[in-house]
Amino acid sequence: MVEFILERGNYWAIIGLMMIGLYILFSSTNYIKRLVGLSIFQTSIILFYISLSRIDGGTAPILFGKDAKGHGGEHGAEAAGAAAAHGVDEVHEAANVAQGASDAAHSAASGQGFEHIYSNPLPHVLMLTAIVVGVATLAVGLAIVVRIREAYGTIESDEIREMDLEVALAEYAEDHPGEADPA
Amino acid sequence: MTGYEGADLAIALINVVLLGLLFVIGVAIARMRSLFAIVMLSGVYSLISATWFVALDAVDVAFTEAAVGAGISTALLLGAMLLTSRTAKPEPRAMHIVPLLAVIAVGCMLVYATIDLPAFGDPNSPANTYVGTDYLHRTPEDIGVPNIVTAVLASYRGFDTLGETGVVFAAALSVILLLGFGERSLSASLRNKNKKKG
Repeated sequence: MVEFILERGNYWAIIGLMMIGLYILFSSTNYIKRLVGLSIFQTSIILFYISLSRIDGGTAPILFGKDAKGHGGEHGAEAAGAAAAHGVDEVHEAANVAQGASDAAHSAASGQGFEHIYSNPLPHVLMLTAIVVGVATLAVGLAIVVRIREAYGTIESDEIREMDLEVALAEYAEDHPGEADPA
Repeated sequence: MTGYEGADLAIALINVVLLGLLFVIGVAIARMRSLFAIVMLSGVYSLISATWFVALDAVDVAFTEAAVGAGISTALLLGAMLLTSRTAKPEPRAMHIVPLLAVIAVGCMLVYATIDLPAFGDPNSPANTYVGTDYLHRTPEDIGVPNIVTAVLASYRGFDTLGETGVVFAAALSVILLLGFGERSLSASLRNKNKKKG
């Protein structure tokens, strides 16, 4: 029972965060606060996907050690170059290139049987896209909020609704002179 | 590896601390009325979730969340706040109870759904066994880049990334159409001038 809870406690915490976002979205009348709630909701979904992609004892999905080389001299050199870009010093790089070339001779092995465990890269990629798209939609929402503020002078949804109602009543009274107030 | 072997204690501790912080920040945002504080707290929220991504081995997502989620979106929110207002009105009483009930109902349904989910960190869960491992095993041969996320993002799912670029372009275009390049402030100042004349 305790193990069952420990295995799923993460999901429940994320659901809690999601519900906070949803509550802010529902309850606040201020449009900017609503958009902040929306972004909390969205971040919680990203957290959920990332926690699905985790594997026990795994590491970030960047091949290193033996896994990164031994797939042909050309690939070995590429991998070494990338390793240098990640901050490995020059000496290491030369050693990697040499080893990659030597491995090329006898290694026809594909990527099967890695030395290390890596977490699942696919949800990471999907969530990268989701973060960027989320910021794009946030920008559009904020631009609309700025326009609403220019048109109405407020960004509180209940005040805007009252103004709309008054305008609608005034228009109705203009179109139907002599009738009683419908409200 | 056969089945779930129990989470690492350190990871569990980090999880509890970071998720607890996120929870506290979320509640604080829900209760606050100063928009500046809300915007800043949402930036802090993004940064802490980026830290959590590092703990969960999603380093690329952590980069993006720290740069885009905590950086750009906080800047956008601040700009919008400066152009609109500084404080939010307190919510009416009725606006507390109905959303709370709806949120609790949705939360209960979701928690019920998690009973069927694979355990946290399970290497044999459906999400972790098919296409994800396939990408891991093919990347060294097909592309030769050690960072699998880069390989999937730019090559295997390049069209996804192209579509994402299209979405960002459309969003930028609509923001420009909504706010303009400053013509509206120009027209406003012209109108003011005419008013002074007339």
